Amino acid sequence: MADHLLEVRNLSVEFHTAAGVVHAVRDISYYLDRGETLAILGESGSGKSVSSSAIMNLIDMPPGRISSGQILLDGIDLMTMSPQARREVNGRRIAMIFQDPLSHLNPVYTVGWQIREALTTHGSSTAEAASEALRLLRRVGIPDPEPSMGKYPHEFSGGQRQRVMIAMALALRPDLLIADEPTTALDVTVQAEVLALLKELQRETGMAVLIITHDLGVVSEIADRVVVMEKGELVEAGTVREVYKNPRHPYTRKLIAAAPGKGEMHQPDAAGAPVLSVGDVRKSYGGFEALKGVSFDLMAGETMAIVGESGSGKSTLARVLLRLDEPDAGSALWKGRDLFQLSPADLYKLRRDLQMVFQDPTQSLNPRMTVFQLVSEAWVIHPGIVPKAKWRERVAELLIQVGLQPDHMPRYPHQFSGGQRQRIAIARALALEPQLIICDEAVSALDVSVQAQVIALLDKLRREMGIAFIFIAHDLPVVRDFADHVMVMQKGKVVEQGTVREIFGSPRQEYTRALLAAGLDPDPDVQAANRAARLARAS
Amino acid sequence: MLSFIRKRAIASLISLVGLIVMVFFLSRLTGDPAALFLPVEASAEMKEQFREIHGLNDPLMVQFGRYVGDILTGDLGQSLRKARPALDVVLEAFVWTLWLAVITMTLVTVAAIVVGSLAAFRSGGFFDRFSSMVSLIGASVPDFWLAIVAIVVFSIQLAWLPTSGTGSIHHWILPISVLFVRPFGIIVQVVRGSMISALSSAYVKTARAKGVKSGPIIFIHALRNAMLPVITVIGDQAASLLNGAVIIETIFGFPGVGKLMIDSILQRDFNVVLAAILVTAVAIFLMNLLIDLTYALLDPRIRH
Repeated sequence: MADHLLEVRNLSVEFHTAAGVVHAVRDISYYLDRGETLAILGESGSGKSVSSSAIMNLIDMPPGRISSGQILLDGIDLMTMSPQARREVNGRRIAMIFQDPLSHLNPVYTVGWQIREALTTHGSSTAEAASEALRLLRRVGIPDPEPSMGKYPHEFSGGQRQRVMIAMALALRPDLLIADEPTTALDVTVQAEVLALLKELQRETGMAVLIITHDLGVVSEIADRVVVMEKGELVEAGTVREVYKNPRHPYTRKLIAAAPGKGEMHQPDAAGAPVLSVGDVRKSYGGFEALKGVSFDLMAGETMAIVGESGSGKSTLARVLLRLDEPDAGSALWKGRDLFQLSPADLYKLRRDLQMVFQDPTQSLNPRMTVFQLVSEAWVIHPGIVPKAKWRERVAELLIQVGLQPDHMPRYPHQFSGGQRQRIAIARALALEPQLIICDEAVSALDVSVQAQVIALLDKLRREMGIAFIFIAHDLPVVRDFADHVMVMQKGKVVEQGTVREIFGSPRQEYTRALLAAGLDPDPDVQAANRAARLARAS
Repeated sequence: MLSFIRKRAIASLISLVGLIVMVFFLSRLTGDPAALFLPVEASAEMKEQFREIHGLNDPLMVQFGRYVGDILTGDLGQSLRKARPALDVVLEAFVWTLWLAVITMTLVTVAAIVVGSLAAFRSGGFFDRFSSMVSLIGASVPDFWLAIVAIVVFSIQLAWLPTSGTGSIHHWILPISVLFVRPFGIIVQVVRGSMISALSSAYVKTARAKGVKSGPIIFIHALRNAMLPVITVIGDQAASLLNGAVIIETIFGFPGVGKLMIDSILQRDFNVVLAAILVTAVAIFLMNLLIDLTYALLDPRIRH
């Protein structure tokens, strides 16, 4: 049975926690051959990362325990090996890259040192390691590889850091590379480059790649086969095309259906007076110009999406509009009054009109307050909206409105899932009956299926209550489903703005086209065509 | 890196100048220096004469100028009791304290890092529990009590070591051992906590995925990151030793700056007291600079 490079057989892993035994993965089996790419697809809590941690012996025991199963590498069970032999496998035969390269690289050593260590740990001489590390850095496309060897992780961009991780992982030409959400923290264009690099290196070395992801687009771009996991169980396996075209398990169908970017695009009314009119906003931090003159109009009850990659200034714009940061210049007319000129007292009153929903509800909800306290707190700060006797009734209404239950009121945020927490944050924003809600990456931290539900909720609020949204996002398919107007930003400037149909249908600017082209389509056929088109354009 | 050093040095220098100014004005603001410096029973003529000799009748700014000039030329006045320059008296004692502090803190640092790291590596294990108990006791035991018990046991009952004074290497053993206990207890706890979080960090996971052995993972990958908070605490503890471990030096009759300060205060030898304050202040400023430099050496993110 030594046919496969890697075979995971009937693996079960459990964690013994204070709350009881958690069965992280239950009796899962999959295999992987040389030169092949297998994706493990799943949402948070599905256990998709657990089996790879077991392969790498990275599970802390206790609290973890491998209760059954085998992990065969070329037919030899890793779990019966001596600790020394097991350690030799790591790095030499199997290597791994992770989601967030900044925290996974040691901040106090140079990248050259860290790559050399991968080699010297497994017996290379110092001189060999030095020249090989340089070759690797050059191979993964780090600019100025020689001086870069002496630089520290914080001196590189996110994409470059992931390239460094890849160089380090591939130092000893492993037979298997495990990539755990390798591009999730990266911008779309950078994601496309990193995935392309992985594919190239795979062709060069013939290694197998095990990629763990929540993103159907990544699966369709890079994988040959896919296994789908839900709540610790493996529910479906097959080639990427099979699984996408003929999903058998209801969960897989749900995942595919939830993938954003397929619905009918909005068609905003042409007429209407702007409720918010932003003119030439500028903001610098030290010598860095974060916003270089941004202008746009937002109509009542419409959604303006602001898209752009990291460093484009989109979050700064949100902070400045709410005057969480003071702008250097420009104006923002809200129903005729300039938000930037308001006195603190006037601004305070106006806050109830303008609310914000943040990216990470785990951090933006005070963990020591109940849902009732979180939602009703706004009425303590802005008295006169709801009489105190009616607070419970109104909180219950709001919770129902965002798809929660009135009996959730006495609970604390940690008792909810990520999607439910974001609903609480939305209910809190709604408590003040705002006319504009600014969502800063409000759905990016959520699982795909949950993302779709939250977007549907926001759209319902827009339609029923006439709330206008400024929707800041890096994820274009989500924007496509939700926005009326889209503004594309790059390096503090507006590159292009128009209706959602204009931007997605006929983008005028090269940058917008590049952004759209870098996006990954969950349909493997569409993605293959996109890739071919991109290569044709590049050559 | 150079500009970082310059910035830190200038910041330290400003604090030092502030301290020098404060020492002067405190000795003037708390009343008539003549009353402060002379015994209570001194006569009015004696006080007037004292003012005359030391120029205390001059305007305050003139006095201040003279004081600064004296400091810059290294003249901190005469010791009244020893009839020698106060600075010489203080420096002589300070060298003893410095040796005591350096030897003690070196031993403490090495021991605490090894014990704390190993405890963190198998946290919850036997060694961890044992070292936690020992370090907790060490951090809580009053040092004067420990000093007296140590003298009773090792000097009087067992007669292995001298009770006090200096002269041979044996005289150092008890003071160093007693001074070792508290900083060791405190620093072990800090190292352990800091190492536990460093060992569960993402970069340690990467190192394990690379196949790095446990030794380098603890002492190369995790320790350097874990040292940053530890360095701060080491600095605090070292500062309290440099100030002169007043009680321990007194108990062991150790001729350090702490004992000198107490003796000088009791003898109203104020020039020596002021010189001692200035010398220990300079020493502590230099040490803080050293700590900042160590920070920068350990963490490249601080350098940039």
